[in-house]
Amino acid sequence: MNLVYLDNNATTKVDERVLEAMLPYFSQEYGNPSSMYDFAKTAAHAMQNARGQMKDFFNAENEKDIIFTGGGSESANLAIRGVLNMNKNKRHIITSKVEHPCVLNLYNQLEKEGYKVDYINVNSNGDLDLEELNEKVDYDTALVSIMFANNETGVIFPIEKVVEIVKSKNKETKIFVDAVQAAGKIDINVQELGVDLLGVSGHKFHAPKGVGALYVNPKTLITPLIIGGHQERGKRAGTENVPYIVGMGLAAALAKDGLKYEATEVKRLRDKLETNILKNIYNARLNTGVVNRVPNTTNIGFEYIEGELILLHMSDVGICASSGSACTSGSLEPSHVLRAMNVPFTAVHGSIRFSLSKYTTEKEIDYVIEKLPPIIEKLIGISPYQDELAAIKKLRG
Amino acid sequence: MWDYSEKVIEHYRNPRNVGKIDNADAIGVAGSLACGDQLKIYLKIKNNIVVDAKFQTFGCGSAVASSSILTEMIIGKTLDEVRKITNKDIADQLGGLPPEKMHCSVMGHEALEDALKNYDDYMDLDELRAEPVKEKIICQCFGVTENQIWEAIKVNGLKTVEEVTNFTKAGGACGRCKDVIKDIIETYYNKLEKEEHEASTLSPAQKILKISKVIETQIAAELQKDGGDITLVDIDGSKVYVKLRGKCSGCKNAMMTLKGFVENTLRETVDKNIEVIEVE
Repeated sequence: MNLVYLDNNATTKVDERVLEAMLPYFSQEYGNPSSMYDFAKTAAHAMQNARGQMKDFFNAENEKDIIFTGGGSESANLAIRGVLNMNKNKRHIITSKVEHPCVLNLYNQLEKEGYKVDYINVNSNGDLDLEELNEKVDYDTALVSIMFANNETGVIFPIEKVVEIVKSKNKETKIFVDAVQAAGKIDINVQELGVDLLGVSGHKFHAPKGVGALYVNPKTLITPLIIGGHQERGKRAGTENVPYIVGMGLAAALAKDGLKYEATEVKRLRDKLETNILKNIYNARLNTGVVNRVPNTTNIGFEYIEGELILLHMSDVGICASSGSACTSGSLEPSHVLRAMNVPFTAVHGSIRFSLSKYTTEKEIDYVIEKLPPIIEKLIGISPYQDELAAIKKLRG
Repeated sequence: MWDYSEKVIEHYRNPRNVGKIDNADAIGVAGSLACGDQLKIYLKIKNNIVVDAKFQTFGCGSAVASSSILTEMIIGKTLDEVRKITNKDIADQLGGLPPEKMHCSVMGHEALEDALKNYDDYMDLDELRAEPVKEKIICQCFGVTENQIWEAIKVNGLKTVEEVTNFTKAGGACGRCKDVIKDIIETYYNKLEKEEHEASTLSPAQKILKISKVIETQIAAELQKDGGDITLVDIDGSKVYVKLRGKCSGCKNAMMTLKGFVENTLRETVDKNIEVIEVE
């Protein structure tokens, strides 16, 4: 087995069909979509087509509601800054403790700029505290931003309920949903959800890196981050990245068609991997609840051993995953998501996220199920917590 | 992805001396579960020589590699040799560590120090009876003391708060102690500057007194341990004339090292311009 790639929440392989669809727009149909001559029309039409595909992907009402961006972080920054700049009299923001750093670090910055930010807690399953959310919304709340699915745990937040709670307390409060980890894994329907803004990133659903999209409903006004030309109706200046936008459009269409496969086959393989690890490895614990998760993700803590060491040993046999341990991040603190869920220190440093994709095969999952136990066994042998490990072994037997 | 050296990779893949020693003569611990890494080191000591060493580590690749190579570095060495090992030595032996991972080598050194301290305490009943000195904790998150930070700055020549965090973890979580760390760095370098300044402003008489005192109390004592000795012959400005006698007098290489040791010690303690000249 050469490579078993189970880190699809980090990034995904570009679909061959996507790559093929992009290629003509580099050196053949390279016209600037804003140009007047016929030659540029192919590029302009291709982009328009992609906008339609994104509209369908989001179940949005109108193509005009889609803004192409340079990725998930830009989508979030544009949405958040854009809304706040339009509502300068309101100084309160609500988010969750487990958002992606591109949102959390922006909020840290906004706090320095004088905003009051409330961070909503989650329980040990990773579910959002909706009562706390209800308490925090007030007349001054400009924006609530809640992620659709968590990148580390795969836990899905009940966006419809969030919208209902927020809008019933303050109709003017805008709601931004970071849907980067939901895109391509579960259905996104902005009209049913009732959200004001929603962002995605192409490379999480088999489009290339460096392209994303933001849905903005027609009643929501935002200011641009990048000032310049009239592109994207003045909301995002800069000549459009036509080949990447074309690629993302097709990837979105393919992802929409593939949702059923995600919900059945990808989920089946994820569950098989998860069940076998929990059954065969005595110090393994599931860090989330079993339900309310995207179908491709599982987050498992291996108690009393360290995550980076597990990743390095898995890498030696060709398995790619990621960890919530402090050591892998370059920072010294373990995953803020797992800490917010009160995952005990015994497991948080040894937490591994496996994230599958439509390319994951049964053979690969079987390979991991076979290769992982001896690795964990070896690392348990190095741990200084032999007594504690023996106690767990006795308990879970 | 970290750029680990081949040596680091080799050691985390095949760690040496894993496990514990039953009835070990000294056990040292550093780090904690909450911090994300912990190292336990077990030593077997006979006639002042480390005859066996084993470790157990909860930590990342570089933590396991640091522990593993440390056991290799100390087995067969005398306690005096082992005491001289610094975190830098551990990192150097591994062919270097990424800056963010230097704290792993520091942890190795701390566990070793802890083990030696426990061994000494056991041997030295007077010290055991003495009141334990409470050390001032600077970083509450990772439990890093002022002494640990001071030592890391001194051994590794750290200049910024970020470097101190990479080496000791202090300031790496909530960051509230960053200002204090900055103060410690400033205090260290101010003190260093002051000492250097004092040395260069010693009067000739003061300088002569200080040189002869250092030779008597520090250098001679050290040389006598190995059966050697030193006599101060004359001092002329920054030139210090000495007569050296070693067990291996006549062996040119040994004498060169001896002279280097005398010169370095005097440069560190008195004046960096000192030149030692050996007379027959």
